[in-house]
Amino acid sequence: MKRFLLTAFVFLFVGFLALCVLAPVTLFAKNPVLRMATTTSTDNTGLLDILAPVFQKDTGIELQWVAVGTGKALALGQNCDVDILMVHAPDAERKFVNDGFGVDRKEFMYNDFIIIGPKSDPARIAGKSVQEALTRIESSSAPFASRGDDSGTNKLEISLWKSSGFSIPDRESWYIQTGQGMIATIIIAEERDAYTLTDRGTYIKYEANKSGNPPLTILVEGDTSLLNQYSVIAINPERCPSAQYELAIQFVDWITSDKTQQLIGDFKLLGKQLFTPNAE
Amino acid sequence: MGYIAEGVVTALKLLVRGDPETYSAVFTTLRASSISILASLVIGIPLGFLLGYYNFPGKRQIRALVDTLLALPTVVVGLVVYALITRRGPLGGLGLLFTIPGISVAQTILILPIVISLTATAISNLDIRFKRTVMTLGADRRRTAITALYESRYGVLAAAVAAYGRAIGEVGVSMMIGGNIKWHTRTITTAIALETGKGQFAMGIALGLILLLLAFIINWILQIMKRKT
Repeated sequence: MKRFLLTAFVFLFVGFLALCVLAPVTLFAKNPVLRMATTTSTDNTGLLDILAPVFQKDTGIELQWVAVGTGKALALGQNCDVDILMVHAPDAERKFVNDGFGVDRKEFMYNDFIIIGPKSDPARIAGKSVQEALTRIESSSAPFASRGDDSGTNKLEISLWKSSGFSIPDRESWYIQTGQGMIATIIIAEERDAYTLTDRGTYIKYEANKSGNPPLTILVEGDTSLLNQYSVIAINPERCPSAQYELAIQFVDWITSDKTQQLIGDFKLLGKQLFTPNAE
Repeated sequence: MGYIAEGVVTALKLLVRGDPETYSAVFTTLRASSISILASLVIGIPLGFLLGYYNFPGKRQIRALVDTLLALPTVVVGLVVYALITRRGPLGGLGLLFTIPGISVAQTILILPIVISLTATAISNLDIRFKRTVMTLGADRRRTAITALYESRYGVLAAAVAAYGRAIGEVGVSMMIGGNIKWHTRTITTAIALETGKGQFAMGIALGLILLLLAFIINWILQIMKRKT
């Protein structure tokens, strides 16, 4: 009897494992799959959760995305691991296309970057220009949280330090390099009473998470150097035979279409628009 | 404290209401870790047996190497496997990146040292008189080896439990190789990392509790199996 029970249990357990292993992979859909590498902002804000189902309904293509910093997204594209990129670092993107890694780059929406910080504003940067704000932060050694991860936001932040006449404050004790995504970095800034640079979309999402009453507030905005342009880039099929160029180009056409542009403009949190469509 | 209490409530809600995203992550976790545990047992038990049962030159060095690999960081395994299976890598043609089998390959490498090391320990810890006793009873060499494996079954089971625990609890490999793709390669641990990154701490704790519950159920089944022997 005991032996029988043991055998039964062993069979049950192995059967359970086998079921897990052998169950069909495509439990959900057998549609063609388009793989995209994107930045954390499009994922964290929930924009892709809205766009993906509509894209699938319109074209029958399932969109799967990995959300990483723009630097890593470009690397994944260069290694042919994805079919398309949705990123926001125009200079790095142009280089990517010129080097032959990507084709059909299309700009399709923008928002802007803002400098946020504690309400007490210890370095008194509220309403100043970017250059003035960074100078005040630097001279008062006020804590500043940087993404520090080669993302699009990080690339822009570095260029802002440079254009304001500073080297990157890499070793300064007040300069906190988080190495994490945008919302995670905002949360670290909140814990440390630090300033940080963020895209407006992610900030609105953070505001919504905090039920509209966040400890960090917008201090610097509206500077022309703070424009944040998003683009899609298809991976060059001549260099990457595995890349699904046909599907990628369908996505590019779809996201720049009037209907999708409208959808992006209508995407709101707390009644605020996060992205402004601008496909040509 | 608030996050923890909120986490417990959220965990119950997710489970009772049958939240599809949570169940998808649970299923992905089970699937990836089950493939890796089966593969690592099939490869690891024979190797562990060889290492524990026979004496040969270099045995101690190999043993030291296997024990060193117990400390393999998940991100290093993730990086090495990524370098191999990226489309530009030597195994790129298999298309394993951002898939569950890809996660399993990396997890198998991660937990294989645990299976080999603990199996070898269990076998070599058998009483020295064991071999002679069994042989006096008329067993041939093959029979003696099989009996040795049977006698150390609890040790092998412990190896499986430890290895399974590491597989379902790891996040580095699942994140790097799986890519945390919603509905496809999002495991419980990568979902926790995502929720934490978004500042949804209660949700992260809820998922952590669900993972622990899962581990408890599996260990409970193994306990029953052990008692019945």
